[in-house]
Amino acid sequence: MEDMLFYDRMQFAFTITFHYLFPQLTMGLSLMIVYFKWKFLRTKIDKYNDAAKFWMKIFALNFAMGVVTGIPMEFQFGTNWAKFSELTGGIIGQTLAMEGMFSFFLESSFLGLFLFGEKLMGQKLHFLTGFLVFLGSWASGYLIIATHSWMQYPVGYEILENGKYVLNNFGALFSNPWLMPAFLHNQMGSVITSSFVMAAIGAFYLLNNKHSDFGKLFVKTGVIFGLFASILVAFPTGDWIAKNVAEHQPVTFAAMEGIFETEEEGSEIILIGQPDTENKKLDNKIAVPNVLSFLTYQRWDAKIEGLNEFDQSVYPTNIPGLYYAYHIMVGLGTIFIALMLIAAVQLFRKRLYKTKWILWTLMFMLPFPYIANTTGWYTAELGRQPWLVYNLLRTADGISPTVSSGNTLFTLLGFIGLYLLLGLLFLMLAGKIINKGPETSKLN
Amino acid sequence: MELFWYIVLMTMFTIYIILDGYDFGAGIIHLFFAKKEKDKKAITSAIGPFWDANEVWLIAIGGVLFFAFPTLYAAAFSGFYLPLIMILWLLIFRAIGIELRGEINNQMWKSIWDKSFGIASLLLALFFGIALGNIVRGVNLGMVTDGVSAQEPHYFFLPLWNPSFSPQAEHLGIIDWFTLMLGVVGVVTLAIHGANWIIFKTNSDLNQKLKKVVFKLNFVLLTLVIISLLTWHSIEPKPFHNFMDHPWLWIFPLIAFTGLFGLFKVKSFKRDGLGFLFSSMFLLGGLASTVTSIFPNLLPSTNEVNPSLTLYNVAADQYGLTVGVYWFVIAAILVGVYIFVQYSVFKGKMDDASYGEH
Repeated sequence: MEDMLFYDRMQFAFTITFHYLFPQLTMGLSLMIVYFKWKFLRTKIDKYNDAAKFWMKIFALNFAMGVVTGIPMEFQFGTNWAKFSELTGGIIGQTLAMEGMFSFFLESSFLGLFLFGEKLMGQKLHFLTGFLVFLGSWASGYLIIATHSWMQYPVGYEILENGKYVLNNFGALFSNPWLMPAFLHNQMGSVITSSFVMAAIGAFYLLNNKHSDFGKLFVKTGVIFGLFASILVAFPTGDWIAKNVAEHQPVTFAAMEGIFETEEEGSEIILIGQPDTENKKLDNKIAVPNVLSFLTYQRWDAKIEGLNEFDQSVYPTNIPGLYYAYHIMVGLGTIFIALMLIAAVQLFRKRLYKTKWILWTLMFMLPFPYIANTTGWYTAELGRQPWLVYNLLRTADGISPTVSSGNTLFTLLGFIGLYLLLGLLFLMLAGKIINKGPETSKLN
Repeated sequence: MELFWYIVLMTMFTIYIILDGYDFGAGIIHLFFAKKEKDKKAITSAIGPFWDANEVWLIAIGGVLFFAFPTLYAAAFSGFYLPLIMILWLLIFRAIGIELRGEINNQMWKSIWDKSFGIASLLLALFFGIALGNIVRGVNLGMVTDGVSAQEPHYFFLPLWNPSFSPQAEHLGIIDWFTLMLGVVGVVTLAIHGANWIIFKTNSDLNQKLKKVVFKLNFVLLTLVIISLLTWHSIEPKPFHNFMDHPWLWIFPLIAFTGLFGLFKVKSFKRDGLGFLFSSMFLLGGLASTVTSIFPNLLPSTNEVNPSLTLYNVAADQYGLTVGVYWFVIAAILVGVYIFVQYSVFKGKMDDASYGEH
């Protein structure tokens, strides 16, 4: 039983982590491609259309990876989490089925047209298909996060005598207070990934003296989108989620912030330190007094309950994991804001393309938004443990009763091997597209 | 309400098999009959802009099944764990096979992905046929041994096979002679269907040859269908009771046989789309007849202890099913519009589309 739960969790964690590397880029990138197409329609400068075409290639590759690794996600609810699906399918099945019907059909139908139909349709319709792909991908994010929000903060349901959860208020799924902050935060995280990738590739071209015109455009666009997204992801959206967690999941809040003791005079914010859950303290900590209270409640002396106030039975399963995930995300987020601010200042002073150290930094930043997005999701998911549906259904009670640990390990190993192959192919092909670079054309 | 969602689900399933079925079939044809680079290119161009949207139907079916019949979704997906995960892997190999072949202009690279596309398509057709066989045959719900359930009455788990390969054994496997037979029916049917799609969508040199292939394979299919019908009663003693009670349901077998016999005239068709129409009719009629024969069961029980899963005992509650109708109708209309736009932009022959060349 322990083994079954462990392998089910590992398989879901592995496949979702790998899967989300791709949608986090495509959601943000679709917005930026639509921006290039829009600029092209307004200015008629070919450079913008060529830029859009180049990023469409990257988009198509990532989108294909997202699709093939996405189908296993939907199937795994049934294959590995049958009890959870049986009990809650009447509720979260709604939002998941809506995702398939509303967004996947939209995306897949118009992506084909967007990729292959430019000559057939003309520029205005081509812009429209691009916009519809963007709409489909963001709608998909919205409906997935509606599902996620219900698991974090269940609403609009009742529990029948046979233990099943049934929906009694469809509208509540979408007016869930968890939904809007989580959705906006996630989408801003996605725009961070796409803008940092764009800036990194632009910096790569500039540092190599290749495709310099495009290099400048990519760095500039990446920095402007990246600056806005880096700020918006922290404030107001990140702040808003943290307040939700503090209010509705106080023990999770204490664990992710690394607060063991309740300070009557207001809590400090932990910057660095290693949680010692055995002795209930934080080692080697560097902290700033009272800031956490202020950020959470706008009062320097607001009381925040530490982990010691709670019974061990309601503790998150993996407190150190949760704490590190959260702190890595927040630490990287802070660095993102600082870097993008400096880059934006240099851009404004028209010195950015000559400032080598910023270009190098932008280039090497490429993996970090992926890490920040991933650890952000780990914070949300580890923070909910040991619950699958917060305060209602424990993760251990959600697994498939008849699938043995040996069978799950078999498929987990299969997924690891297959995804390793996919990852290698992806890197090879992405490298080929980037190395070849954008092509200039004369449309007008 | 349950009946509405049952019809929705079965309709979506049939659409999926007709649409993605031609992709699988094109893959099988690609594997066995496309020798020249020009033929291979014609085949990938004929399915290139469509396969991804076709696969979305499978995702949408998963979603609707999850939402409308959560108990069936949970029981069947965990019970058929291994083949389902393998289908996911095969879908990945199929997808990368189509998408990657054009990425690098190298013979070795191309033949690796051609094989990936072809073999994955063949196995997918086989697996979907086997899956249908499992649904007709039923499973040991509740994992009963000596009259005692080891699990809750709707849960089960099937290994890939049991040593006897018999559909009447107490401990069943996914693959036995009956389900394997339906798997072969699936492969042959979809090979014909895919060949018809290629004939419809391309002007390839292959087309004349494919018409002969369809003609020959159709004899194989007819033989297999006759054998299946003769052995069917050993699995399902009363396969015709629904048809006897509601004679209008005979329309489904009638459609299937019209499609099957129509295909024997494939060589004299004036319009290239006719063959595809007939194989679609066979798929529609065959699938509808099969699910009708076990109605209202969705997954029959092979033991006396636990009842079969029917559309009534696995459905979500009334409020959810009712509220779902509103958004589903809106979504279905939109999907219709998308498909219309998609197929009218990519209408006609696709030979020159050069799919996947960068």
